[in-house]
Amino acid sequence: MNYKSNYIAFSTIVRKEVTRFVRIWSQTLIPPVITQALYFVIFGKFIGSQIRDIQGVSYMAFIVPGLVMMAVINNSFSNVVSSFFGNKFQRSIEELLVSPTPNWVVVAGYATGGILRGLCVGSLVFVVSVFFTKPVIHHLGFIFLFIILTSVVFSLGGLLNAIFAKSFDDISIFPMFILTPLIYLGGVFYSIHDLPLFWQAVSKFNPILYMVDGFRYGFYGISDVNVFLSLMLLVIFAAGLGCINLYFLHKGIGLKT
Amino acid sequence: MQAIHIKDLKKTYANGTVALKGVDLQVTAGDFCALLGANGAGKTTIIGIMTGLVLKTEGSVRIFGHDIDHQHPQAKELMGVVPQELNFNMFEKVQDIIVNQAGYFGIERSKALKDSEVLLKKLMLWEKRDHPSRSLSGGMKRRLMIARALINHPKLLILDEPTAGVDVELRYSMWEFLSELNRQGTTILLTTHYLEEVEQMCRSAAMIKNGEIIAYDRVSQLLKLLDVETYVVHAEEIKSIEKLSEYNAKIVDVNVFEVDLDKKRRLGEFVHKVNALGMVIHDLRPKGNRMDKLFLELLKK
Repeated sequence: MNYKSNYIAFSTIVRKEVTRFVRIWSQTLIPPVITQALYFVIFGKFIGSQIRDIQGVSYMAFIVPGLVMMAVINNSFSNVVSSFFGNKFQRSIEELLVSPTPNWVVVAGYATGGILRGLCVGSLVFVVSVFFTKPVIHHLGFIFLFIILTSVVFSLGGLLNAIFAKSFDDISIFPMFILTPLIYLGGVFYSIHDLPLFWQAVSKFNPILYMVDGFRYGFYGISDVNVFLSLMLLVIFAAGLGCINLYFLHKGIGLKT
Repeated sequence: MQAIHIKDLKKTYANGTVALKGVDLQVTAGDFCALLGANGAGKTTIIGIMTGLVLKTEGSVRIFGHDIDHQHPQAKELMGVVPQELNFNMFEKVQDIIVNQAGYFGIERSKALKDSEVLLKKLMLWEKRDHPSRSLSGGMKRRLMIARALINHPKLLILDEPTAGVDVELRYSMWEFLSELNRQGTTILLTTHYLEEVEQMCRSAAMIKNGEIIAYDRVSQLLKLLDVETYVVHAEEIKSIEKLSEYNAKIVDVNVFEVDLDKKRRLGEFVHKVNALGMVIHDLRPKGNRMDKLFLELLKK
């Protein structure tokens, strides 16, 4: 397939993915916004009012980037994992497998679907946050870089999970038992500087920390870890996951018998 | 030009099942070829390897000269496949399924919309274009998969039991549709359990047993392998039928009996004998299950 054909195949996958999550908006776009709004009310408003400022930022304002990022991570991941696995389960993934669409177009198409849903939900959560605290932007470039790279990483992660999944249980284990604890322990609700030294060191093995921290830097110019190190790690995660997905698709693992 | 060139194709699944033991098959461009075999013989595995759903263990497959090891995308561009099991998204709309498939083949959306309209009208699905695919009847779902397989104008159409579970009327209309496609130049590879279908439509047939091709020839040549053929005789009145025991004669209805004629005994000789018994033959025709008989005979060997 030439450049134009690849572009048509790519846009077909993206169009299909966006149509899917928009069609079921009541399951894909609204629930995460309601959940995050509850976090703003309970943690930000009720509990946060009793918590001191963190590095000069009110607690409500401090948790906004983390909650936006939480929405982006969960939705990028779940969009790709549920869509790709749903196609595997119904065997409609065979439509792609019998076509000449190159594997990199499949990866790019599904990842873009996940990125767009992540960004949609993230934007909606940010809009909701404006009702609770005045938005501050320190560096728009970092905000975009971190939100896009994070959604890339988790879209690719969702694809990898879907490739390996054999049952619906397999697509809920990773988000439930690994992703959720990592997000909650990734500095969404606190600065790791408030932890004992040992737990600060342990926290640095949590990749979510770098994403939340870098994203928060874009808003307030404060960070727990070096923001360029965070960026570099995100690029490495994205490239690594992209290559792993391509390798598995090339080998037909999880898709071909 | 060979549309399909399969050489020493072997497949052992991860659980140790040996599905193909070294299949050789060449199908000429423009042919209408049947792939016959019992359930589990290896038919779907061959199709899966050709189309990229199954990984081969050994051997080579070329589609119009394109080796699937190195030029699978080019080979895929020339193929359309109608699988045995339903494999479209049940939540998508009928026309979207076809237009998306066109997109995967790099066909522009505007062209795909026009072409899908032609196909959906031809396959009597146009009225259902905006319906979710899950709302279609069984026959409509089969036709949807045929429409989807044709959207990239394939030179080779592969159908894996397309008429399974389809009513008689629809089956006949599908036969007509597929024969017309073949007349227009599309090479067709068909697997089916309806052997009447093979005799009606196909020019060649390959029979596969336990992962090996046990016969492959023109359908007319294969039928010559039959030693005995059953004829249905409609006589004015049946008399002294016991004298036709050498032909294994048996009455099947009022004034109708069946006989097995082997090739050494000429038809004229049989007619002469019947007339000598004082019977007048109104009608004499082959029973029409010759492929079934041949199939069962070859499987026994």
